[in-house]
Amino acid sequence: PILYSYFRSSCSWRVRIALALKGIAYDVVPVNLLEDGGQQFSAEFKAVNPMQQVPVLKIDGITLSQSLAIIHYLEDTRPNPRLLPQDPKKKAQVRMIADHIVSGIQPLQNLSVLQQMGEKKMEWAQNCISSGFQALEQTLQHTAGRYCVGDEVSMADLCLVPQVSNAERFKVDMGPYPTITRINKALLELEAFKVSHPSRQPDTPAELRA
Amino acid sequence: LQKLRSQTMKLYSYFRSSAAYRVRIGLNIKGLAYETVPVHLVKNEQQSEDYLKLNPSALVPTLIDGDLTLSQSLSILEYLDEQYPETKLLPSDVQETAKIRAFSQAIACDIHPLNNLRVLKYLKNDLNVSDEQKNYWYQHWIIEGFQNLEQQLQDSNGQFCFGEQATIADCCLIPQVYNAKRFKIDLSAFPKIESIYHHCLSIPAFYNAAPEQQPD
Repeated sequence: PILYSYFRSSCSWRVRIALALKGIAYDVVPVNLLEDGGQQFSAEFKAVNPMQQVPVLKIDGITLSQSLAIIHYLEDTRPNPRLLPQDPKKKAQVRMIADHIVSGIQPLQNLSVLQQMGEKKMEWAQNCISSGFQALEQTLQHTAGRYCVGDEVSMADLCLVPQVSNAERFKVDMGPYPTITRINKALLELEAFKVSHPSRQPDTPAELRA
Repeated sequence: LQKLRSQTMKLYSYFRSSAAYRVRIGLNIKGLAYETVPVHLVKNEQQSEDYLKLNPSALVPTLIDGDLTLSQSLSILEYLDEQYPETKLLPSDVQETAKIRAFSQAIACDIHPLNNLRVLKYLKNDLNVSDEQKNYWYQHWIIEGFQNLEQQLQDSNGQFCFGEQATIADCCLIPQVYNAKRFKIDLSAFPKIESIYHHCLSIPAFYNAAPEQQPD
């Protein structure tokens, strides 16, 4: 399998975590979203993904985009270890938390949106992340165990860690979100979350390397 | 036969909410009975203490099924599809399903969130953008997004997004096209999207889910 990824893209990071958790070896083709006017806009990358976004995973003879669609495909085809609980209610809660992050928070602060906000960039990003985390902190009161939903790592956790990393980058005060902070810390102790970290990627710049 | 439920499902919905509209279509396609509980977004009813207890994000839709309270339209649709398997919204082919999910995510993550009410209000009230700038913003994400979607629909027969039956992709597309038309965006560059939209609206499950047909 080949993963087109940017070291700091939180969407790419989610997929890297899933691949690591499921023990799937893969090659990385880095796509730098900032250099050369954005390498995702090159003719070469457009041939891989006309949507001009990362992550893209080439696997089993197909090309997939959209992090949650990729992660679900991995779950459907390589079910162990599982990333979704068997209990329907818990499974729904995992998806709900994942969706909350991938549609309710991250898109509002991703690169192409921030580029539209100009000098209001920081204020905007902080506002999106804080309101999203405020709601998430409430939801987690009903669902969390050691991790987002109960005590097993799930798709929700794959989405959480990259989002907390973004929050830190935008200097969001994490004080009001103790549950999110606790879960994030516990997850970062796991190998799959470490090995997929932006500081350890083939395209991580030297000054940001772990 | 659908499982017998002792209580009908409830859907907290706003007639014009795109995300609620997706779920209404899905419920109708699957022939599932539900009770609509209207939440008026422009009047800020989603910020009421009672509603925030159900859904801390202050968004619609929220589905209540027995002891499960669930928000986020895509996770609601996936839950309904697994819990009530008659009339599937996803095929058994996992690769086809991946394409459908990617298409749906492109709408639910890359287009719609940037154009929803909360964001438009923030742009206007907090960032003081003009109406013209706000309309430009709205159009921008739709046009860019629809270019992507039209690409993904190359193999579509023009009736549904993928395959011979309605899927989650259609549940997501139709409300997004409705929004684009409301903002008078020219969709002539997107023939597959237009064709699927018109075909789906001729089907009762889709027609009855439309904003104009809602109790609120």
